[in-house]
Parts: sequence; structure tokens; C-alpha cells
Amino acid sequence: MTDLESFRAEVRGFLEESAPESIRGWVNQDGYWGGKNPELPHPDAKRWCDIMAERGWTCPTWPKEYGGGGLDKVQAKVLDQELGRLKLPPPLTGFGLSMIGPTLLQFGTEEQKQEHIPKIIRGEIRWCQGYSEPNAGSDLASLQAQAVIDGDEITLNGQKIWTSYGDKSDWMFVLTRTDNNVKKQQGITFLLIDMEQPGVEVRPIKLISGASPFCETFFDNAKASTGNIINGLNGGWTVAKALLGHERNMIGNVFGGGGPRGERRGPPRNPLAELGREYLGEQDGRIADQVLRDRISQVSVDHQAFLLTMQRNNDNLKAGHRPGPESSIFKIYGTELNQRREELMLSIRGPQSVGWEGPGFEEAETTQTKAWLRSRGNTIEGGTSEVQLNIIAKRVLELPE
Amino acid sequence: MALVLDEEQTMLAQTAGAFMRESSPISRFRALRDSSEERGYSLDVYKQMAELGWTAIPFSEADGGMGMGLAGLVIVTEAMGRGLAPEPLIPSIAMAGQALSLAGSADQKSTWLAPAIEGEKVLALAYAERGQRYDLRDIALGATDKDGGYELSGEKTLVLGGQCADAFVVAARTAGKGGDADGITLLLVPADAAGVSTERQQRADCQNSAILKLEGVKLGADAVIGKAGEGHGVLCDVVDRATVALCGEMLGGMNEAFDRTLDYLKERKQFDTVIGTFQALKHRAARMYIELELARSVVMAAARAIDDGADNAKVLVSIAKAKLSDAYALITNEAVQMHGGIGMTDEHDIGFFMKRARGCEMTFGDAAYHRDRFASLSGY
Ligand SMILES: Cc1cc2nc3c(=O)[nH]c(=O)nc-3n(C[C@H](O)[C@H](O)[C@H](O)COP(=O)(O)OP(=O)(O)OC[C@H]3O[C@@H](n4cnc5c(N)ncnc54)[C@H](O)[C@@H]3O)c2cc1C
Repeated sequence: MTDLESFRAEVRGFLEESAPESIRGWVNQDGYWGGKNPELPHPDAKRWCDIMAERGWTCPTWPKEYGGGGLDKVQAKVLDQELGRLKLPPPLTGFGLSMIGPTLLQFGTEEQKQEHIPKIIRGEIRWCQGYSEPNAGSDLASLQAQAVIDGDEITLNGQKIWTSYGDKSDWMFVLTRTDNNVKKQQGITFLLIDMEQPGVEVRPIKLISGASPFCETFFDNAKASTGNIINGLNGGWTVAKALLGHERNMIGNVFGGGGPRGERRGPPRNPLAELGREYLGEQDGRIADQVLRDRISQVSVDHQAFLLTMQRNNDNLKAGHRPGPESSIFKIYGTELNQRREELMLSIRGPQSVGWEGPGFEEAETTQTKAWLRSRGNTIEGGTSEVQLNIIAKRVLELPE
Repeated sequence: MALVLDEEQTMLAQTAGAFMRESSPISRFRALRDSSEERGYSLDVYKQMAELGWTAIPFSEADGGMGMGLAGLVIVTEAMGRGLAPEPLIPSIAMAGQALSLAGSADQKSTWLAPAIEGEKVLALAYAERGQRYDLRDIALGATDKDGGYELSGEKTLVLGGQCADAFVVAARTAGKGGDADGITLLLVPADAAGVSTERQQRADCQNSAILKLEGVKLGADAVIGKAGEGHGVLCDVVDRATVALCGEMLGGMNEAFDRTLDYLKERKQFDTVIGTFQALKHRAARMYIELELARSVVMAAARAIDDGADNAKVLVSIAKAKLSDAYALITNEAVQMHGGIGMTDEHDIGFFMKRARGCEMTFGDAAYHRDRFASLSGY
């Protein structure tokens, strides 16, 4: 047996023995986010996370010294395949895993990594992102939340907005203004702050989809310690940009990808076509409505092209070539694809898609209508499409300002 | 099926790019267009391509080829697409040559395929008929049984590279009627056989195709490629391969048109500044760039899928042709628009690419045709 084969056998054995039977085949768009007071979208969600975290397999490729899995890419793929074989969901998700974790591994001091990474891996702390302010959105660097340093202590005043899951998070990574007298990018400090304190107030905001996943966050003499400054005083912009790269990849992957793991596995299926058959009927084995059938193909073909481009990007990195197309491509295309998909599903459901709740509509229909509304935010959050196009024009095409 | 170039392919891409830049600037294409010479391409350049091994790339070593597959062939068609090179690599190698390689007898291979691989002979595939559009079952040209062989009469159109081919692979109907998959037979017809004539066509994209006229052409039973009446399957496989090769050409053309446009955006001044500072143009340029990246991925994937005999190869071919057709049209429309008035002149080269985009789109199925095929293959 090669090393890889014995690794596969070990993984398989472990999963078969330890993964809760109840969680196999569980498909959930949102996943398990952990935290001090975790929400349990499935009764065994936390148990499943703990089992995997024990081995560091919530973050399979992160270094062992901080509690990660220490796997190489090939091994991580094997783990992923074995999870898929048993139809096991990802044990943990969240901004710790996708955003602040990778950023800390890159920019954190040894002490900072020791302090925060293990808790991310074990899903003990739920993180949120404090970037945007009422007057600093696309022009993020103009942010004004003031941090004042006195000895080891930092005092924070100001406001953040659009803080996703701010009301459910334990800690926030936040961009603060620490110098007003230099170029705006040079006076920003990247700070980690505990949200459980009197100086931090969070107010949920209702979205057009009816849900309230994001918040306003107010700092009124909130406290943090200088030990939680990442990359030094006024060194925050570099960190902020690196993290945005991780965020874009994540958003592009989530929305352009194949949806939750359960759906990506097994024989390829096309949810749009299935919905088409259900709502539009069939004629000679084809979806009866020719126009919508073609729109289904347009979105599906583009989706395949997108997945192949992600694959090419990964293959290039694996072959040691320079990073291929900028992450901005995936952010723009993945989010727009998701919007097109959602809109097409409305068209396919036709009049049944006008429902909000109550009689006459099935839950799948109203849920999807709300998902469509939510999808409109995809091209805004994480840097708008227009901002991404600016980045491509400048960095990739080198068009003059 | 890694979507990266290996070492051999990287080298091929470098030599192909260098050779085409050197020997095939757009000025050469323009001169060929303006000349009255019947051939429409340079025999000399084609011979050099053969010397570089390009005509051998997709064939197995058993057939005397290099065994580099379509993944290799698209590298050179991409380089040719950048220079709009009219040499008949796709007609002779990716079309007729593929038919012989897939279904030809040992005799047919040694008489016709071997010299085609050497670049000594040029072959063409004659399947299209007026009114056929893209469905390969719509073959009406009849071959009747005669003296243990066949007699062929009728006309084929849009025979790529047909204006001076040495032999034709002709898709003819030996049974059934137009629209039937069964009853189509591929026949090898030497250009010098009695009753064969060609007439060169003048196309908007100035590439080479011809009408092939067959008047009582008599063929022996040994002219059949593969099995009589069972040519449709071979024809589909051949056209799928040719489609991928053409997608390579399209990829090259759209990259060239884009690069030229990007240069123009950085150089043309209006309102006291280069026009590339205008966000309305920047954003459109960025969107074109995204389409270019997607296009490259689907071409690489389709080529590798066919080479590997993957189950989803046909699906990937349709994805590729649907994407490339739309992307080449988009990018060249935008290229002309962003050049302003000069882009509308015959004197400027950018318009060549827009014409070629449409020529390619209407060859082997347009985007709508391939989306329909994608849907059917996907079971809806
Ligand atoms: C669902 C959702 C979740 C979010 N979650 C978070 C979060 O967790 N944490 C966080 O910090 N933020 C979050 N955001 C905020 C998000 O990052 C901002 O909304 C985004 O950066 C845009 O800023 P803005 O809303 O101020 O819009 P503006 O910047 O005011 O933009 C308005 C319009 O102008 C356009 N525009 C602006 N500048 C340019 C330019 N230079 N060129 C061309 N067009 C331009 C924009 O593209 C947009 O169309 C979230 C947003 C959404 C919708």
C-alpha cells in the first residue's frame, strides 16, 4: 500500500467509526458556524464538529502546531473524497475559517496564532467582519472608526455597518483609524476585538429578503489590547486587502460552486433542469418551454465554464505557475451566475414565485423567492462588482487611472 | 485531466507563437485576400508547418503521427487564429485526416493519410449542403450503386479548404432520406476523378471554402471509408474534433483582437486623455477579459476530454463551441466599437477579426445549436 492508500484507509476507518450516523446525508446551505453559544442547525452538528476538530480536520491543511490537520493538498483531497463518500457535511464553516484564520496564519505573530487559531479550528469563537461604515463602503480606506492607544490598552469609538452575523459573533476583526494625518491607507490599524463588553452594541438590520443576518455595530469606548493589533500600528491596509482576497475566493466559490457538498457529489445533476421538468413539463423528453430550456442551458453552460476555470486556476497553482486569473474574476462571475440562477428559478416557477408566505404557496417556493432577494446582495458584499472590475482593469489589464 | 500545459505543450506553444508572428502577420492575410490567386493560402507556409510537425500532431504514432492529441492541435490552431492564417490545417488534418484516421482502411491511410501528415497532400471534408444548417443527418447528396461501386452526383457547399484539395472525403447518402442518421456513407473522392470540379467561394471572412460539384463520378467499393451506410457516427466524431480545433483558432483570434484593442485603449487620446481612462470602457474590457479566461478553460477541457475518451466529451465540445461563439462575437463587436470610426474602415485590421468571428460561429453549429445539443445530451 502506498502512503496515500494507507492514509485513505485510515481516514475511511475513522469516519466510518466516528461520524454520527444521523448527520450522513444532511444537506444544509448554511452549515454549522460554531461560537460560544452555537446555533444547532442539526442536533449533532456540534458533536460532528468536535469529532473532526479533535484531529484538526475542520481545517485540514492548517499547521498541526496550532491544532490544524497538517495535511498536504493531496491528502486534503482524499479527506474531502471520503467525506463525500459517506455524504458527510463540512463540520464547520464561518469567517474564522474562511477569512481571519488564513489571514492570521499569514500576518499574525506567534503569540497571536497560538491564541486565536486553535479556537477557530475547534469552532469555539465565531468571528465577524467590521470593515464597512456608513460613509466608507467601496471607498473602504476612508473609514473613520477611531482607535486610541494608551499603553497596552486601545479605546475604540465609532460605527460599523452591514456587519454580517454581528449579533451572533463573539469576536470581530475590525479596521480602525489610527492616524488622520497621512494618506488614508497608511493610517489604518487591523484589530481583533472581543464583542462581549459594554462598549460594543449591535443592532440587527432587516434585509429585503425578510431575514436579519447583518447588523449595525456601535463602539462607545470599547476596549481592546495592543496584543491584538495585526501587522503593527498603521499596518492594517495590507492585511485588510489580503483578507479581502480570501473573502472574494470564498464568495466566488460558494456562489459559483456546486452548492452544498451533498449536491456536488454523485452523478451530475442539474437542479435547474429538474425544476424545469417539474414546472414546465416535458415533451419528447425535452423541457416543454423552448425559451426557458435555452435559458437553462445558458446558465448551465456558463456554470460549467466557471467551474472549469476554477479548476484551471487550481491546476496552475499546483503546477507551481503564477496565480492565474485574479480572484476578482471568481467574485464577479460566481456571484452574477448565482443571481442569474436565482432569477431563472423564479421564471421557471412563474406565478408560484410571487408568494411570501401562507396559503397557496409551497415552502420551497417562498424560500426560493427569498433566496433570490438575498442573492442581489452577492454583487455588493465583499466589494461590489464595479469595484472588482476596477481591480481587473488596473491590476490585470494595466489600464491607466 | 489537468488543465495546464505540460512541458512539451509549453514548448509547442512557444514555437508556434514565434513561427506565426514571424511568418503570418495580418498583412500577409490581407495580401492573400487581395490577390486573385486561386489557392488562397501559401503552400510554402503550409510546408513549413508540416516540417514543424503540426500536421502530425493529433494522430497516433501508429498512423505516423506525434500522438499529441487535440490538446496539442489546439495550441497550433490558437497560434494560427492570432494571425488569421488561412492554411488548411483544420480541413486537411482535423477534418478529412481525422475521418481517415478513425475509420480509414490501411490502404486509404497509406495512400492519403500518410501524405497528408507529411504535408504533401491536402485533403478536405465535404459534408455541408445548402439548407443543411448544422444537423449532420441532413445529407441528401446521393450515391447510387453502380458496377459494384458507386456513382455520385450533386453538390456540396462550404467545403473548407476545398478550393485546391487533392482529395475529398464526401458524406453521401446510400440509403434512406435526408434527416436519417442511417444510410450515410463516407466516400473518398480524388480531386482528379472524372466529373469532379470545384469553385472557390468568396466569403465575408475571406477564409477558404469551395463548392464541390460531382457529376456522375464513378467510384469503386474501395472508396468507402469505414462501413457503407454507417458514416454518420464517424462524421459526428470527426466534426466534434474539428469543432475543438476551430475553438482553438477562435481562442487565438479573440485574444489577438482583445490585445489590439487594449493597446488602442492605452494609446488613443480624446478629451486630453487616453480613452483607456474612461470607466465605461474599462469595465467592458474587464468583462471581456473574464470571457477570455473562461474560453481558454473550456477549450482545454474539451480537447482533453476527447483525447481521454471521457464520457462527457460531447457535452464539453458543446460547452466550448457555445461559449467560444458568443465570446468571439462579443469581443470583436466591442473591439470595433472601441476603435471608433477607424475600426469601420477596410484599411484597419481589426474588422477582419469580427468577420472571422461570425465565420467561425456559423461553422459546426452556432451557440444556440450547441446549447440545444448540450440540453439534449444532459437529458432535458
Ligand atoms: C449582504 C451583505 C453583507 C455584508 N457583510 C458585510 C460584513 O460582514 N462586514 C462588512 O464590513 N461589510 C459587509 N457588507 C458591506 C459591503 O462590503 C458594502 O456594502 C460594499 O463594499 C459597498 O459599499 P456601500 O454599500 O457603501 O456602497 P457604495 O460604495 O456607496 O456603492 C454604491 C454604488 O456605487 C458604485 N461605486 C462605488 N464606487 C465606485 C467606483 N469607484 N467605480 C464605479 N462604481 C462605484 C458601487 O459599485 C455601487 O453600485 C455587506 C454587504 C451586504 C450587501
